[in-house]
Amino acid sequence: MIDDIVHFFEPYIYLIVGGVKAIIIAVALTAVVPGLVWLERRLMGRFQVRLGPNRVGPFGLGQPISDSIKLLFKESIIQSSADKFLFHLAPAIVVFTAILSFAVIPITQPFEIFGQTIGPWIANIDSGILFIFAISGMGIYGKVIAGLSSNSKYSLMGGLRSSAQMISYELTLGIAALSIIVMTGSLNLVDMVKSQEAVPFILVQPLAFLLFFIAGVAETNRAPFDLPEAEQELVAGFHTEYTGMKFAMFFMGEYINMVTMSSLVTLLFLGGWNTYILPQNALTGFLAFAFKVLFLLCFFIWLRSTFPRIRYDRLMTFGWKFLLPIAIFNLLLTSALKVL
Amino acid sequence: MLEQYIGAGIMLLVATAIACGMVLLTSILGPKHQFPDKMEPFECGESQLVSPRQRFSVKFYLVAVLFVLFDIEAVFFFPWAILFQRLGVFGLVEMFLFILILGVGLAYVWIRGGLDWE
Repeated sequence: MIDDIVHFFEPYIYLIVGGVKAIIIAVALTAVVPGLVWLERRLMGRFQVRLGPNRVGPFGLGQPISDSIKLLFKESIIQSSADKFLFHLAPAIVVFTAILSFAVIPITQPFEIFGQTIGPWIANIDSGILFIFAISGMGIYGKVIAGLSSNSKYSLMGGLRSSAQMISYELTLGIAALSIIVMTGSLNLVDMVKSQEAVPFILVQPLAFLLFFIAGVAETNRAPFDLPEAEQELVAGFHTEYTGMKFAMFFMGEYINMVTMSSLVTLLFLGGWNTYILPQNALTGFLAFAFKVLFLLCFFIWLRSTFPRIRYDRLMTFGWKFLLPIAIFNLLLTSALKVL
Repeated sequence: MLEQYIGAGIMLLVATAIACGMVLLTSILGPKHQFPDKMEPFECGESQLVSPRQRFSVKFYLVAVLFVLFDIEAVFFFPWAILFQRLGVFGLVEMFLFILILGVGLAYVWIRGGLDWE
């Protein structure tokens, strides 16, 4: 009887396992956003010598949950001159691309359960890193469409700034990642982690790590590169006209992108799930991965509270005249050293 | 390896469902009290006098064009980087020439002031 059932589902095993994994990852990503908001507010509070949220629940842990429930029940205002369809579409694109780009991230090494080897990723595709660049690059559309459809000059400026900034730093991001691809000869993220079993690439490629991380901060529109949302100039940038949950969706996208970017830095430079000191299995691998990602996320928040926002012309000059030439130089150096 | 794309396809469906679900939920759940002043775009408490859809700095256009140029060139790096270890010195020399051409392009844009943001 059970054999019959198993036999019946045999051809669909990829669909079932894939579906379960996709739902677990998507729910975890959605659930991690309120936690990150809480972490950011608490840490910012500490950095600025104040308390931060501490009233709702223990350590203020209930605060982000009550906030998200409140946002869900707020009125969704669409101002009369806005393009209604695009106005709805924009936050959906932002969240969609943020969740989808996490699909190729392996969170630990493969493990066995019920005699089946489970890969702790949703899709272990050969072009893993290209997939992430492609999908997260599409997130720009969400921001530009939000800016254009709102019919408000603050939104328009925010959308334009956002697109110009993100495409400028995408070049550096790609070329910095290329020096790692030259080292490993593969675009597959699992292969990249496997080739770091002895030494993490941060020790071999410190310059590429710095370039990639800076470009990653700019790519996720985080401070000190949060020009699209410069409150003092643009009110709130491309999401000025958004209210309620649609407003929160832009932040959801931003925080999920932060998690994806931290995971990518971990996989490319910090050795992914390699623990280096602890015994290596799926559980310690996951803990090592989660620890590294959490450390990078705290680093993001630390950057925000340390650096003032940089001026827009300096931002573009920094990207094109400083980071891009260094990234190309680093790629040349890496390939030359690799051959000789 | 191709069956791995099934997972990506499933994730695509889940992500679509979450994104559309959230937009739908917030449109259904929230209160709906509308009056003309509330439906105006934000302008520091004033009514908007002119349409925001006017000319904006041509620099944004220039950045977009430059991005397309350099990104297409950067795309050629990817297959080269994967085959790099097999190509050896030949691949290195070829790519040095390629990067030289790219560098000349960047230098030209730089000297002509295309990267200055005034």
